[in-house]
Amino acid sequence: MNKNRNAKYMSMLSLHSVWCVIFIVVPLLFVLYYTFTDEQGHLTMGNFLYLGTPEILKCFGISIAYALAATVVCLLLAYPLAMVIANIPAKNRSLATLLVMLPMWVSFIIRTYTLKNLFNDNGIINQLLEAFVGLLKNIPAFSSMDFTPIRFIGTSGLIILGMVYDFFPYMVMPIVNVLTGIDPRLHEAAYDLGCTPWTGFLRVTLPLSRSGIVSGITMVFVPAVSTFYISSTLSGGLVSLVGDKIEAAFLTEGNFNRGSALSFVLMILILLSLFVMNRFGDKESEELAP
Amino acid sequence: MKKLGRFYAGLMYLLLYAPILVMVLYSFNAKKSTSTLSFSYGAEKYTFGHWYREVFASGGALIPLRNSLILALLTAFISMVMGTLAAYALYKLRLKYVKRVITSVTNIPMMNPDIVTGLSMMLLFATTFYVMGAGGTGFATLLIAHVTFCLPYVILSIMPRLRQMDKNLPEAAMDLGCTPIQSFFMVQLPFLAPAVLSGFVMAFTLSLDDYVVSLFTSGPSFETLPIYVYNMARRSVPPSIYAISTLFLVLVLGLLILSNTMQSRLEKKISSHSERTQKNQ
Repeated sequence: MNKNRNAKYMSMLSLHSVWCVIFIVVPLLFVLYYTFTDEQGHLTMGNFLYLGTPEILKCFGISIAYALAATVVCLLLAYPLAMVIANIPAKNRSLATLLVMLPMWVSFIIRTYTLKNLFNDNGIINQLLEAFVGLLKNIPAFSSMDFTPIRFIGTSGLIILGMVYDFFPYMVMPIVNVLTGIDPRLHEAAYDLGCTPWTGFLRVTLPLSRSGIVSGITMVFVPAVSTFYISSTLSGGLVSLVGDKIEAAFLTEGNFNRGSALSFVLMILILLSLFVMNRFGDKESEELAP
Repeated sequence: MKKLGRFYAGLMYLLLYAPILVMVLYSFNAKKSTSTLSFSYGAEKYTFGHWYREVFASGGALIPLRNSLILALLTAFISMVMGTLAAYALYKLRLKYVKRVITSVTNIPMMNPDIVTGLSMMLLFATTFYVMGAGGTGFATLLIAHVTFCLPYVILSIMPRLRQMDKNLPEAAMDLGCTPIQSFFMVQLPFLAPAVLSGFVMAFTLSLDDYVVSLFTSGPSFETLPIYVYNMARRSVPPSIYAISTLFLVLVLGLLILSNTMQSRLEKKISSHSERTQKNQ
């Protein structure tokens, strides 16, 4: 009976399994193949020599540093917001979460471009500053003041801001999901047992929300470390991250081998960080991910 | 403390929506370039709402928009059907090891960066077309890629609902004379409907917004809206792109409200139905 039953469900899964093998496993095997071959199809480790050049090493370094910085800023900004949203009565909470998600439906190319419009040399922020300086000039004490536009484009701060802005909802949502699932009686118990709000937060809320934090961190870090559009737009093409290198290798240079080697290393890097992260989180974090 | 929280949340929402506001403002720009914002419509030939009229007059963006919608609808439908079947079978399957392997493989596109998903598929398609000596990337390759990265999200949205389902429900249905297939379609599927629907909506929006995977798997024969916008943005961004995006946001907002009301109605219907059946007992 049991065998029969499993056979039935296995046959239901067959289409799905075949699909996954052809369109997930096989493509990854292709990446592996191109990583370890040269353009003539001969087996080689030469692509790793390219990866070892100072330029590429530096590129990996910057990508990881920017992505880490963006993830930390996201977490610090998102956690308090998630706490506020989780404390809203359930009826209004869905509206509050919808409002967090809504900007995600503007194509992120456009969102990144509007950031550029804001921070350009003659962008909105500089225009506002200029107008402000113009007003100040009317006051005799400031009449000699001159306005020089602030240069934001190309700074690491702006690229990190771009990452934070584009991926912020990914951090908020899983934390909200976890926080709303915490039994409110636990907080009462903590206060009854002598916790101050701060120690109650540190000892009850924070540990219980760990799985949400872990999935938030992965959901921000993975796209941030592999992005190519944000960096090239907000730096005017001056800064190139790993994603930029991969995109260029595949779509402009047509060098599949180097591109594959880059993405192979990127994948290993992400797998390692996911592994480390998951050791800090609960098993549930997988289910709460989206 | 509470006031401080409200203030903080308000500030965060303001920052989240500031660039969106910039987008809407630029869609009414009085200049052709988006390097500066200006509303003095008299200075140049552009009048209020010019860029919206241009979107519809030139028709340039309407074809990509239509393509995007067709692709997203088909992707959502296929991944909903495949995902529901797969989630149901995975839930029922008693072979722990097989279950774990299939789930992990399905989740790869969710864990992998989009760029790797995209380029790995590009390698598969390029090699296939090379071996076959014919064919090229276009609608079919895009559809395959989109279904593949949407599947894990659909399954993930259905799984929790499956776990909530009373284990006796299918048995009760069969005791009352349902065949297994009837029990699935008439009893279990209606219970799963809200989760299936939210999986559909999720796949639809993911497909609609995707541009990284599409960049690697689309061809010149079939351009989606994000690809079209990306290609235009490379040169310079005319305000008409902001106009399209504003229209798009309004469209999505409408769809979202529609699906939300549909979903809450479905849930109400189901809960009132189960209340009635409980009363009858």
